Amino acid sequence: MKVELRDIRKYFGPVRANDGISVTFEEGTIYGLLGENGAGKSTLMKVLSGYLIPDGGQILLDGERVHFSVPAEATARGIGMLHQTPMDFPPFSVLDNFIYGQPGGLLPDRKAAREQFLKLCRRFNFDLSPDAFIDGLTIGERQQMEIVRLLSLGVRVLILDEPTTGISAEQKEILFRTLRELAHNEGLTIIFVSHKLEDVEELCDEVVVLRRGKLVGREKMPVLADKLVEMMFGQVLERTPRPPVELGTPVLQVENLSASTFRLTLEPVTLDVREGEVIGLAGLEGSGQALFMRACCGLIRPRGGKVILDGRDMTGKGYHEFMAAGVAYAPAGRLEEGLIAGLTLTEHFVLAAPSHDFLVDWEGARKVAQSRIERFNIVGRPESPVETLSGGNQQRVLMALMPERLRLLLLEHPTRGLDVESARWIWKQLLERRSEGTAVIFMSSDLDEIVEYSDRILVFYAGRAIEVPEPASATVEQLGHLIGGKGI
Amino acid sequence: MDSELIRNLASIVALSAPLVMASIGETITERAGVVNLSLDGTILLSAMTGFVAAYTSNNVWVGVLAGVAVGAVVALIVAASSIELHQDQVAVGFVLTLLCDELSAFLGQDYTRLPGPSVPYWPIPFLSDIPIIGQIFFTHNVLVYFSLFLIVFVWWWMYRTRPGLALRGIGERPAAAFVRGANVNRLRYLYTLIGGGLVGMAGATYSLSVKLGWSEGHVRGNGWIALAIVIFGGWHPFRVAFGAYLFAALRALSSFMQQLGASVVLVNATPWILMILTLLLVGSGATERLIAISPPGARRFLRGVLRATPPESLGVEFRRE
Repeated sequence: MKVELRDIRKYFGPVRANDGISVTFEEGTIYGLLGENGAGKSTLMKVLSGYLIPDGGQILLDGERVHFSVPAEATARGIGMLHQTPMDFPPFSVLDNFIYGQPGGLLPDRKAAREQFLKLCRRFNFDLSPDAFIDGLTIGERQQMEIVRLLSLGVRVLILDEPTTGISAEQKEILFRTLRELAHNEGLTIIFVSHKLEDVEELCDEVVVLRRGKLVGREKMPVLADKLVEMMFGQVLERTPRPPVELGTPVLQVENLSASTFRLTLEPVTLDVREGEVIGLAGLEGSGQALFMRACCGLIRPRGGKVILDGRDMTGKGYHEFMAAGVAYAPAGRLEEGLIAGLTLTEHFVLAAPSHDFLVDWEGARKVAQSRIERFNIVGRPESPVETLSGGNQQRVLMALMPERLRLLLLEHPTRGLDVESARWIWKQLLERRSEGTAVIFMSSDLDEIVEYSDRILVFYAGRAIEVPEPASATVEQLGHLIGGKGI
Repeated sequence: MDSELIRNLASIVALSAPLVMASIGETITERAGVVNLSLDGTILLSAMTGFVAAYTSNNVWVGVLAGVAVGAVVALIVAASSIELHQDQVAVGFVLTLLCDELSAFLGQDYTRLPGPSVPYWPIPFLSDIPIIGQIFFTHNVLVYFSLFLIVFVWWWMYRTRPGLALRGIGERPAAAFVRGANVNRLRYLYTLIGGGLVGMAGATYSLSVKLGWSEGHVRGNGWIALAIVIFGGWHPFRVAFGAYLFAALRALSSFMQQLGASVVLVNATPWILMILTLLLVGSGATERLIAISPPGARRFLRGVLRATPPESLGVEFRRE
């Protein structure tokens, strides 16, 4: 089926997730939809699959204009989407999940459904049991299950949102083989949403690139990876000079630090950070950067290795002991983890104050809050609840809450969602701290930010970290390659 | 079989009827992802309303319908304040508990301790003649039969029919159900109303069948028991019903033990201690581990019998981005 999107617009408040995108997808072709985090890929595909209602624009299927108010309408017209987290029901059996949403009467014909399911599984060599429970399956198996389900509904356009995240190499091979067969032998239109270059290069016939909500390019494969990276990340900004800082003694020494969650294992990392040094951590979301940072400061218990702070072995100690030793952590979820929604600015400063008298001197606290508000240029009042502040001001509050003297400062996405002015201000503060001898480690998905502010750069990919050899001359393109798993 | 034992079992079936209705009703509601915490108040208010309606109309069925209507209206408030006003279901339910409790005392004050109608005894012809089984299950009134029918019907609906599958899905992952065409909030309204109606019927069953008449707070506490039984039964109709019967049996046993001179306090506390132990067992993950290490053949069965995880989206409102 030929899919035509015309001038699709979708805004979330002030964010233009899709800012007038027009693109056509022909049948029998596998398209790679590329773009960095937040470029608008998922939004566009959710619009096409009926999950989101666009604020403007048209969708045409084989030349006929359609309008979807719910996803089921899109499915009925032959458009199916595999969401990033599989849209299934973990406690259900595979068969129940397969039946759910199929048309039919009061009592489903389980026998027929089972046969249909097994037939489709055999056709694509999927090894799935209809009686298994979904909560015991891997992400890859759940994907296969969802593909089978969508095909049974007669889908002619298949959208896959970041399908290779969290699946094994073998499952990826099966997936790619299946997609090739569906497109090239059966004439389905496949849209493969990804930010992994190697996957797109391996699989796709054509590539469509989005950046900041706009279509920036469309090419037949093969295309030079360099060109794709340039399209994805845009022009490289000129570097602004940073004041040189004399590096002091080592603050943080990490030796073979490893950690793991049930999703991801961080392979051993060794790193020395000295006074006044800024380390940038690049990588796709969930590649191990956050795990590494949290293991460095006692927020999660490392699985192996050592963390030495100012010569003291702090391995296995909790965050409070790191804090006492002059470490601070600014999480990405400002309202979720960094601040306390519902409390006012004054209350935040009282909580963060080192003294803990039993009774609070609220008049004094208000004055402290007022002076910090002025010093940190926060738009807000001492009695404003913190969640009423804009993202930029919340980040300023986080900075204002930190102790005066710090040895090590760790930040997740210090400028995410901030306008240029706020971002510059935050970095001014951070560079000041740096010149006072604080070591800074930050992660960011904004490669320009990484290149501009880091003295050294670590790139994370699937739990492995490598240090960029010549950080002073590193470019966004080069990082883009590394992030996509090339050269690691 | 000992005829006294049979009589005791039959009375357990009869006395449990309202508890079965209320806990099955709440099971339906919670499976849809809504928690209606107002049960204790709703049961009191519908017991009072049911009695008064039956008393003034001199027709027990008018009383039962009135009880159902009260339960459905209270449930409607819970559903609407969550879906339309985005209020916390637990807070709303809790306030409604108190409100309905006080309201039942206030509105029912002119009708306390009056002799009134009761649902007529009606042994089912032929079935009641079956030895033992017939005597235990088929020598009651229509409301008791309805409670028995309800257990099987709700199980069949939830696990055999297509709409039942949709019901389980909207409480589990509403977004996935939405993608497959379910109108999540409309279904949540529907099942919250049905569940609330059953809770209301439970109230009327108390005042018209189990604990006849009305006096202030005379069935207070049963709503909380029903809520605990839903958790105890792992949101599965059979296990929930089992929990209700077990509870009634333990109560019957406790009065028997008291005659033997056992400590009243200890005996009265037994059902609760059992409930806490069950919740601890489930909460500790011990049952999950047992299921995981059991042989594959038994795993499916054990999972059905032992697994007790709440619906994933219980109490969480659904909004499409």
